[in-house]
Amino acid sequence: MAEENATIEKVESLPSGTERGPLLLTIRNLVINGLVDDTTVPILRGIDLDVHRGEVIGLIGESGAGKSTLGLAGLGIVNEGCIIVDGSITFDGIDLRNCPESVKRHLRGVRVAYVAQSAAASFNPAHKLIDQVVESSEIHKTEPRKRAVERAVTLFGELALPDPARIGERYPHQVSGGQLQRLMTAMAMNCAPDLIIFDEPTTALDVTTQVEVLGAIRKVVQQFGTAAIYISHDLALVSQMAHRIVVLKDGVKVEEAETRRMLASPEHPYTRTLWAVRSLEKSATVAARPILDIRHINAAYGHVRVLEDVSFTVPRGHTVAVVGESGSGKSTLARVVCGLLRVQQGEVMFDGTRLPPLRKERTRDILRRIQLVYQSADTSLNPSHTVRTLLSRPLRLYFGLKGSAANQRVNELLDMIEMSGAYIDRYPSELSGGQKQRISIARALAANPDLIVCDEVTSALDQVIQEGILKLLMSLQRELSVSYLFITHDLATVKAIADEVAVMHRGRVVRFGEKNAVLSPPFDDYTQLLMSSVPQMDPDWLDGVIQKRPGESTHEPAQVVPGKRTKRADRLG
Amino acid sequence: MILRNLKMIPPLIRTIISRLLLGVLTLVAVSVIIFSTVSMLPGNFATAILGQSATPETVAAFKSRLGLDQPVATRYFNWVGGILHGDLGESLSSSPGAPRFVADIISSRLRNTFLLASVTALIAVPLSIVLGVLCALYRGAAFDRVVNGISLTTISIPEFLIAYILLIFVAVRLRWLPTLSNVKDGMDVAEWVRRMTLPVLVLTIGIIAHMMRMTRSAIIGVLSSPYIHMAKCKGASPARVILRHALPNAWAPIANVVAVNLAYLVVGVVVVETVFVYPGIGQTMVDAVRTRDLPLVQACALIFASAYILLNLVADIIAISTNPKLLHPR
Repeated sequence: MAEENATIEKVESLPSGTERGPLLLTIRNLVINGLVDDTTVPILRGIDLDVHRGEVIGLIGESGAGKSTLGLAGLGIVNEGCIIVDGSITFDGIDLRNCPESVKRHLRGVRVAYVAQSAAASFNPAHKLIDQVVESSEIHKTEPRKRAVERAVTLFGELALPDPARIGERYPHQVSGGQLQRLMTAMAMNCAPDLIIFDEPTTALDVTTQVEVLGAIRKVVQQFGTAAIYISHDLALVSQMAHRIVVLKDGVKVEEAETRRMLASPEHPYTRTLWAVRSLEKSATVAARPILDIRHINAAYGHVRVLEDVSFTVPRGHTVAVVGESGSGKSTLARVVCGLLRVQQGEVMFDGTRLPPLRKERTRDILRRIQLVYQSADTSLNPSHTVRTLLSRPLRLYFGLKGSAANQRVNELLDMIEMSGAYIDRYPSELSGGQKQRISIARALAANPDLIVCDEVTSALDQVIQEGILKLLMSLQRELSVSYLFITHDLATVKAIADEVAVMHRGRVVRFGEKNAVLSPPFDDYTQLLMSSVPQMDPDWLDGVIQKRPGESTHEPAQVVPGKRTKRADRLG
Repeated sequence: MILRNLKMIPPLIRTIISRLLLGVLTLVAVSVIIFSTVSMLPGNFATAILGQSATPETVAAFKSRLGLDQPVATRYFNWVGGILHGDLGESLSSSPGAPRFVADIISSRLRNTFLLASVTALIAVPLSIVLGVLCALYRGAAFDRVVNGISLTTISIPEFLIAYILLIFVAVRLRWLPTLSNVKDGMDVAEWVRRMTLPVLVLTIGIIAHMMRMTRSAIIGVLSSPYIHMAKCKGASPARVILRHALPNAWAPIANVVAVNLAYLVVGVVVVETVFVYPGIGQTMVDAVRTRDLPLVQACALIFASAYILLNLVADIIAISTNPKLLHPR
């Protein structure tokens, strides 16, 4: 079967840095405008891009930089509400800007394919996977269904999917996120296209799953010599995939270079900021008396045991990072500490006394002393309240502050989070993502807490904004000696902010201790896996990891309890 | 043990069984409501039949013959017991020696109503879904706007007005069709079709707009999903995007609005029946209320309630069985 793949007849050797295949996609001076509330906003401002046959271009930049718009332009697709104002898009001699829709449609799926960010949402829930994977060949009648299915099954095998012959008979909700992402890659590859647009294909995945999917994607792309545009906000990821990297900022190309050169000597100041968070590192602090002492706790949702014999301490004024992939029990731990979920066994000591298990059993003073900042500021800030209301409610609840006293304190709080009083009457929808997260932090600070539980507070933010939030949290800790229980899946963030680290895997703490001790060898198996899964700024990193890892696809994370995250956000809102 | 057995049943079947049980429960509740409401109706059947001058003895004898002197609870259980045996009771208009059974009175009327409803449904449901799909496909274009405008107009005009307008032009002025739709058993098929046409037309115009607009908006609601975007990226044509990718995920709301409209065809056609003098069940019920013929009113009400419950049940089952997460559990 593997031999037959070669009949896809476009296997070319990978172009090394200098020799490139013939030109496949040419974009010249592309200007695309979007329409937001009746005002025209430029999305792309005159972009040039060349993709040669068999070449993988990495496209990076933060959200809103225009990466996805540029990627879709390669398919001749412009999102609703956007228009091409100027420039040209030429795919293999075809003018995608001016040719009729029917001509473009015949390219899509056959010669240019697309892999979307959220595989779970991009598969139609009503149809079997195999029907969707071979749909392009059915639409364009490239070959009989039987052959398309055979090819798909071969691709499933190449992509290390379990049970390649039968997985296609399942429906999208019956397979995991990592598997769906690989299935979508198979869907894109099925008609052996000349060009594939990968739009953040691994962003929604855990680090450990991400490595496997990346490896699988790269393997098939290399094997078939497919040209690709690989879009991501993560430079380390892009550098594993791409021959050349293009950096976008605000719709402008700020830098373009061959991958190794870009990594070795980034020229543009903006490119250098993409390293920012990785250079941030908290220095070691001396041990202190514990503010939080978690002792042998077990917790479950119904019959599903989520935490097993979890114990560790949070010293006063320290940051303890809890790391692990989704489903490892990190967020459940946060719920236990905040009194949102009853433990089955064990106890939590807070400042020397036993913490009542549930929120409603706790005194107001204890509630005040433990605050929570949630991952998504969008859903945890009430959209119909102004910043003033959001911040003065805890002041009134815990301290009885009203009127000018409350106002003064709100202004102080805004000052602490480095936002001016000008924001005081704004609604959350009028703030940026980073500003919203700052307001969430200020709301927690309003209670003068001793402990703030931070649940993935930076995960939804761009690198540069992440760095700002992390710096803010650290400076607040120095000033107020507040302690953080910092939940994250990102080891770079851990390095930046933690004093102690607890590594969680399948509901257990597999490793706990001072940061440098935890993050230095010798590792246990899981920490080793986690550490090696963090993308490094080294184009050979992925090769190294995949060689060392025994078998791909053996590791799929446990399923997350559906709906649990959003529910909690509602309750806290 | 029972719980364990329940878990063995596939979720789809389990849901359907629980919906069926709920349906039966609703029907029981409805029967209680119908019976108590009808019992509370003002007016007295005995005096209505026997006249104001009837002596108390005659009234008492009349009441005891019809069982009206029993307590309400006894009468309710007798009634329900009868229904379970397929006996809807005797009409109060029966006279000694010449009983008139409710079942006999309604059966032919009910058949006429179901005929009118099914013919209308067979035309209106496919037509409205096709129109809704076309509107979604050409959303914003002239076709969509014209169809939407017409449907909004028909929603806003009361049915009897549509009926009279059609009567004036099609039946009175042009004399294409008869003004009366008094169909009878054993009627020539061509004549039957001629007489049915106008009521079917009016009802179709009346219900098509809701279903069409719901189909359109349910499909358009799905169109913003990422999997629709994906289908476009695979080169699917607009028609394929709508039919293969959007419609299968839009059945649940469509089935619901179709069910409500079909129930209306059974329950709410009294106006159209009256205009066209069509011998359906709606007229029967109105007459029965006027003459205080309580068993007949109760039977009609129960039939209407069952139609509603049954059709909503079917809609629920369609909604459930088009949900792949229930059809194919993990």
